Amino acid sequence: MRRANLNSWLLAAPLTGVLVVFLILPILLIVAVSFWSADEFSFRPDFQFGNYAYLFGSAVAWKVFGLTFMMAIIVWALTLLIGFTIAYFLAFHIRTQKWQMALFLLTTIPFWTSNIIRMISWIPLLGKNGLVNQTLISAGIIDEPLQWLLYSGFSVCLAFVHLYTLFMVVPIFNTMMRIDKSLIEAARDSGASGFQILTNVIIPLSKPGIMIGSIFVIALVMSDFVTTRFMSGSQLANVGRLISNDIGLLQYPSAAATAVVLLISVLLTIGAMLRLVDIRKEL
Amino acid sequence: MEKRPASFYVLGAFFALFMLFLYGPTITIAILSFQGPEGGLTFPMRGVSLNWFRELFMEQAVGDIWGSFRRSLVLGLMVMVTTVVVSVMAGLAFRQRFAGSTVLFYLVIGSLVIPSILVSMGIGLLFDRTGLGNHWATSAFGAHLTWTLPFGILIMFAVFNRFNPAYEEAARDQGASTGQVFAHVVLPLIAPALVGVALFGFTLSYDEIARTVLASGSRNTLPLEIWGMTTNVTSPVLYALGTLTTLFSLSLVALVILSVTVMQRRRARNGSDAGRGMV
Repeated sequence: MRRANLNSWLLAAPLTGVLVVFLILPILLIVAVSFWSADEFSFRPDFQFGNYAYLFGSAVAWKVFGLTFMMAIIVWALTLLIGFTIAYFLAFHIRTQKWQMALFLLTTIPFWTSNIIRMISWIPLLGKNGLVNQTLISAGIIDEPLQWLLYSGFSVCLAFVHLYTLFMVVPIFNTMMRIDKSLIEAARDSGASGFQILTNVIIPLSKPGIMIGSIFVIALVMSDFVTTRFMSGSQLANVGRLISNDIGLLQYPSAAATAVVLLISVLLTIGAMLRLVDIRKEL
Repeated sequence: MEKRPASFYVLGAFFALFMLFLYGPTITIAILSFQGPEGGLTFPMRGVSLNWFRELFMEQAVGDIWGSFRRSLVLGLMVMVTTVVVSVMAGLAFRQRFAGSTVLFYLVIGSLVIPSILVSMGIGLLFDRTGLGNHWATSAFGAHLTWTLPFGILIMFAVFNRFNPAYEEAARDQGASTGQVFAHVVLPLIAPALVGVALFGFTLSYDEIARTVLASGSRNTLPLEIWGMTTNVTSPVLYALGTLTTLFSLSLVALVILSVTVMQRRRARNGSDAGRGMV
């Protein structure tokens, strides 16, 4: 037993080392800095709660946190709906394994390409003179180009769905492929309709995949700042941008306090979701 | 064969639309990167040319693209090798329970879900305050590992959950040492998964922005260079760059699919001589 422990520790040492230096220490430093004080030009070690008091007293901060949560919920609902449908189609409507793998691969390939390029790709479609507006105008549906297609809450949401639906498809497809097909046959033999099979057999058994996908999407959207900045043309705020704006102004203590609050909200949300699924068992 | 239900066609149409949504934008900029010299960021095409690709290769025209590409390439390879080695070691460690294994596992999950901006800012501050200075090969390298290692380790979990220990036992019974068992039995069996881990390691690093942005020091990686270009470059040169880097990523994926397929074919052909008797 001792020996096994020692062996495992040695094997796990590099991982532990990386996580201590590049994850735990930086987070501890941020927690420490969130109590420091700052003026316009510099910041220095201190222990005071001013940064938190300011954050919780700021109506803007409350609003931005609210917006961030709302965006996370909207994107979660959309990616879940689309991701589940795609996974369901692949797992239960494609009959040969060869086609299943081919179409699954087709769904996952964009994941390997650059996110920023995929965001840029929306410009020629959604811009003021973009393809969507050109089409709508020439079809006579609208007279003036729609302004809210790009650099708006809509385009931020669209980009999130574009980038992150994959994180739903993969784990849901994975759990669906492990559902014993005889359960579905049994349900059908007992007279269940296709819809009843979906709601009474497939959805309950896909829950672990749904949970893992949800954890990914919610964590990614809540902590994003790159997508929101680019796709909203710097017009929309979320918590990530609040932090990066403070950093731009060298207000590190205030940025750190916001970051700590964001971290706690993300960890509480994900922690609650982790109680509903055992990730290690589902891999 | 059983007749297809109506839902097949509805869902099939939905899938096709989703594919259009997924690939449409990328195909659009691929077309527009061949825009004529007078053309702009949107349709119509004003002629067809290689003008914007040519501009990419003229050093002064747009930032430090090739320098940043070289840095991203080297950094991606560093992250790839480290991710594979560390993930395999950790994957082997996690096969047994050990004191602290649960904490370490949740730390790995934490590394995945912790907001990237905290990693970026924290590492940036740490390297700044300790006087080490931020550099793409040190601080950004570590920042990337916090993102690639969880993927690598989750894959190793999936692999070892399905791993049949009988092969190892057989090798050990024949007198193989621990090292020999790993090199001649375990490693060949997990090799296809390791190609996958390597792909994760390289591409997640090669495309990473959020964890790099405050931890890369004065020299940009390629995604940061592109991120900077989005605010001041307003010509199809951006599309040309996007098309090239997408092609680069796609050829990596193709290479990986090809090598895994070859490995599986070879295994199917030469893998087992069970039941063929003594030779």
